[in-house]
Amino acid sequence: MAAPVKAPGRVDAPGRGRVGDSPPRPDGTLKVTGEFAYASDLWMSGMLWGATLRSPHPRARIRSLDVGPALATPGVHAVLTHEDVPGAKVFGLDLPDQPVLAVDEVRYQGEPVALVAADHPEIARRALDRIVVDYEVLEPVTDARAVVADPERYRVQENGGIVRHQPVRVGDVDRARAEAEVVVTGEYEVGIQDQAFLGPEAGLAVPADDGGVDLYVSTQWIHRDVEQIAPCLDLPAERIRMTMAGVGGAFGGREDLSMQIHAAMLALRTGRPVKMSYNRRESFFGHVHRHPAWMRYEYGATKEGRLLYADVQIVLDGGAYTSSSMNVVGNAASLGVGPYEFPNLRIDGYGAYTNNPPCGAMRGFGAVQACFAYESMMDRLAAACGLTPVQIRHRNAVTQGSRLATGQIIDSPAPLAPMLERLEAMPLPPVADTSDLRNLPGGVAQTTHGEGVVRGIGYGVGIKNICFSEGFDDLSTARVRLEAIGGEPTVLVHTAAAEVGQGLVTLKAQIARTELGVDRVTIAPADNAVGNAGSSSASRQSYMTGGAVKAACEAVRAELLARAARRTGRGDLSVRNGVIVSRAAGEVATVAEILGDDPIEETREYHHRPTTPLDPVTGQGSSHTQLALCVHRAVVDVDVELGLVKVVELAAVQDVGRIMNRQSLEGQIHGGTAQGLGLAVMEEIVVADGAIRNPSFTDYLIPTILDMPPMRLDIVEYPDPHAPYGLRGAGEPPTLSSTPAIVAALRDATGKALTRVPVRPEHLVG
Amino acid sequence: MEFLRPTTWDDALAARAAHPGALPIQGGTDVMVELNFDVRRPAALLDLTGVAELRGWDADGDAIRIGAGVPYARIIAELGGRLPGLAQAARTVGSPQIRNRGTVGGNLGAASPAGDSHPPLLASGATVEAESAARGVREIPVGEFYTGPKRSALEPDELIRAIRVPTAPGPQYFAKIGTRNAMVIAVCSFAVALDPARRRAGTGIGSAGPTPLRAREAEDFLAAHLDWDGGGPLDDVVARKFGDLVAGAASPIDDVRGTAAYRGHALGVLARRTLGWAWREHTGQTRREAS
Repeated sequence: MAAPVKAPGRVDAPGRGRVGDSPPRPDGTLKVTGEFAYASDLWMSGMLWGATLRSPHPRARIRSLDVGPALATPGVHAVLTHEDVPGAKVFGLDLPDQPVLAVDEVRYQGEPVALVAADHPEIARRALDRIVVDYEVLEPVTDARAVVADPERYRVQENGGIVRHQPVRVGDVDRARAEAEVVVTGEYEVGIQDQAFLGPEAGLAVPADDGGVDLYVSTQWIHRDVEQIAPCLDLPAERIRMTMAGVGGAFGGREDLSMQIHAAMLALRTGRPVKMSYNRRESFFGHVHRHPAWMRYEYGATKEGRLLYADVQIVLDGGAYTSSSMNVVGNAASLGVGPYEFPNLRIDGYGAYTNNPPCGAMRGFGAVQACFAYESMMDRLAAACGLTPVQIRHRNAVTQGSRLATGQIIDSPAPLAPMLERLEAMPLPPVADTSDLRNLPGGVAQTTHGEGVVRGIGYGVGIKNICFSEGFDDLSTARVRLEAIGGEPTVLVHTAAAEVGQGLVTLKAQIARTELGVDRVTIAPADNAVGNAGSSSASRQSYMTGGAVKAACEAVRAELLARAARRTGRGDLSVRNGVIVSRAAGEVATVAEILGDDPIEETREYHHRPTTPLDPVTGQGSSHTQLALCVHRAVVDVDVELGLVKVVELAAVQDVGRIMNRQSLEGQIHGGTAQGLGLAVMEEIVVADGAIRNPSFTDYLIPTILDMPPMRLDIVEYPDPHAPYGLRGAGEPPTLSSTPAIVAALRDATGKALTRVPVRPEHLVG
Repeated sequence: MEFLRPTTWDDALAARAAHPGALPIQGGTDVMVELNFDVRRPAALLDLTGVAELRGWDADGDAIRIGAGVPYARIIAELGGRLPGLAQAARTVGSPQIRNRGTVGGNLGAASPAGDSHPPLLASGATVEAESAARGVREIPVGEFYTGPKRSALEPDELIRAIRVPTAPGPQYFAKIGTRNAMVIAVCSFAVALDPARRRAGTGIGSAGPTPLRAREAEDFLAAHLDWDGGGPLDDVVARKFGDLVAGAASPIDDVRGTAAYRGHALGVLARRTLGWAWREHTGQTRREAS
């Protein structure tokens, strides 16, 4: 069958930018002008529309299910339930335990129960109303801490209980407690944050002549999707061809499957292309969120503020199915006390199964929750020791050669101390110009003309693992083809890596130009006609797919120079600006001449250094590939009578190893910081008895341009010798540190303890 | 769903009479959201955007008569000087795109207690001009317009033709609490309008009761206790008492946007502050424009 309308095609990368430059994005103009095709724009002649019936209850037994009236609706072509799942009934990112369609019980509000394919989305929606489900409503399990305390009693599914308990044990905490001169404790809570990507889940499934299916979906990891889809459809993986459709943001929320299997089932059943596209409300139920957390911390130190021990319990609520909770717990435990040196540690990280909304991957992945707690603790300790926030952090900062909580030695630069010095030295913003309401808390809603406004300053530090951890080999693959087209050497770069807005599509071209000395680069759509690229998550694609493109380009270059050597009889050749250059003789041939009609194509896999699992009892192990630091200073104005907040400035220092594309990088730091701001002061999925109370952008608020202040950025480059170009993943670290910095600034302004995020106006005036 | 698109006011009234189940739509900033999310499924939509008579405003004696189709953006740009309270409220509605589409007429039609234009309309004593083909025009004082959550005094065959808002006889201020600094639905809101010549103050409360509310006791208190002739600074005791009376006039609930306790507290603060600004302006200091 022909490709759908609005399916992605090859794009020419504009500009001539090499590594370190900031050439324009290939998709930039299209996105700004509204012409970029997102997955929700896909269309195909003769296609049907799929829709999903979802559970209204957080927990219920399905007594009976009658699809008859729905099926009898004119314009309806199929109504499917769990009985129609061709193969395995469950799937999952790390552990297959999530039903494709609910079998006999629903375990979260919004769990898919049945599917409809119809001629028109409205007919499909009407037909959903005609599916008769008899539910026996059960009491939902909603208290993750109760589950951890008594996992046998509160089992929401076969696996349990507790998803994972990861202890970390170092030294002797009890002895250290006896010796500590200063002890501080705190309990902290993080609400459920949503990725709130702007392009809801969407895709198109097209039945293929070979009995397989062609999928066009906005996702984060094509190959892992296919590995999960194939057994459920009872198809060999090679008969599932998946192409990345235009992605409107991801942030972890597309790492789990949403409509992929559903659309494929409907397409295979009806023999017609089937499109599914969630609306905003459905999207809130259609993907996992950031785990909410309850955290109990105790730190002991000398009176000079040198850390002696930490005793920590972190409970994360993953909802009913496993998703990525095991690895989220691993991150929370291994990074539970941040980038500080502790001689004695007792950390217990838990993930619990409940009937609350399902949680999984989101930017920062377990490290965000812990960071809010450990940074709040550092401020508490600073106050107890009479030190400034910067002093206490500086005094205990890790550096190259330090041990993390897991015993892993940091074997590349970790310049936390100099970063803090640079941050503190940055000038502070002036007092607000109150003649413009937009500079004040409340903005043009005019809640103050300056009355009640108090300024506060706070600091936050975060450490994030880059690439997958705990022994996982998250490789990437790139295919690079160099050929002469119209006499001009042209590079085609093909990977399966998801462009989710982060700018990898730009970077791939920069790397190809750098390595091959060629200006013209075309980027092929991401699909599984090429090998696995791993997920666009864990800040890993510049490192991993960047590394794979570099390796494939090096192989192409080697072949090019070998051909040139055969042609010229010289061994001192290099390629520059489309020309083969001999060290001794200068320009000896053009690249196009050497290529002739015979393209060079090479495919390479790239692997990072192996890591090790964490010991299940001690939590020790060199589990992380790379670690990245970001530090923030927040300046806020708080209306202390109304509890309204204006973040005046966010300053950040981040080490990125090597700046690959400054414009993209600054965008990542701005965006990550904004997402951290959202968590600090507004973003929360509010849940009562397992049900979401605010599944809309009317009541799930994300920062606007009047909430996100200008940033002062200082990007430093301490190369990591283990990584391609010395780079360090950069997308997540700013998401960690901006939240605690802002909350610290709010505490500074109000004197309130503020142990829960997001901070609400009630917390600031209560 | 039927889509009715009259181009004259008479045709609109006739369509309204013929299709009592039709849902009138102006900017669509409320209606389209409800349709998209399947909250409402009216038999027909009555699109009023083609009716030229609704698109203008004019001065009418001591009042401004605003057609039901005038978008917020024009109120901000064209009426900020004469109707400052309403213009300030309009400035807090949604985003620039929403303000280009949304109308006060639509806000009244929806009659949500959280609608931003209601408090200044209450505070300034506006009237709603409703009309039906059968009975002609009637003027509904805005204080009698709101009859319940998302319910109004409009009859099934009536349409809102215009809103008559008295030209501000004195300082007016509007303030709205939201949990972000733009594009936010009101957690609660408040408007005050002074009429020094008549020694009266008007009030309007939003998002803190089943309907938009007036704080009548607080209005009477100001009428009696403000030093209308003296021109001295606002007595802090008066301001605080006024805040307490406004808070007491509200009947807020706990919901996902905020708690009843916070709403009550915040209304007290907003009432005190807006009165302070109004009084400073009245006593000769420069008023501040919402920017």
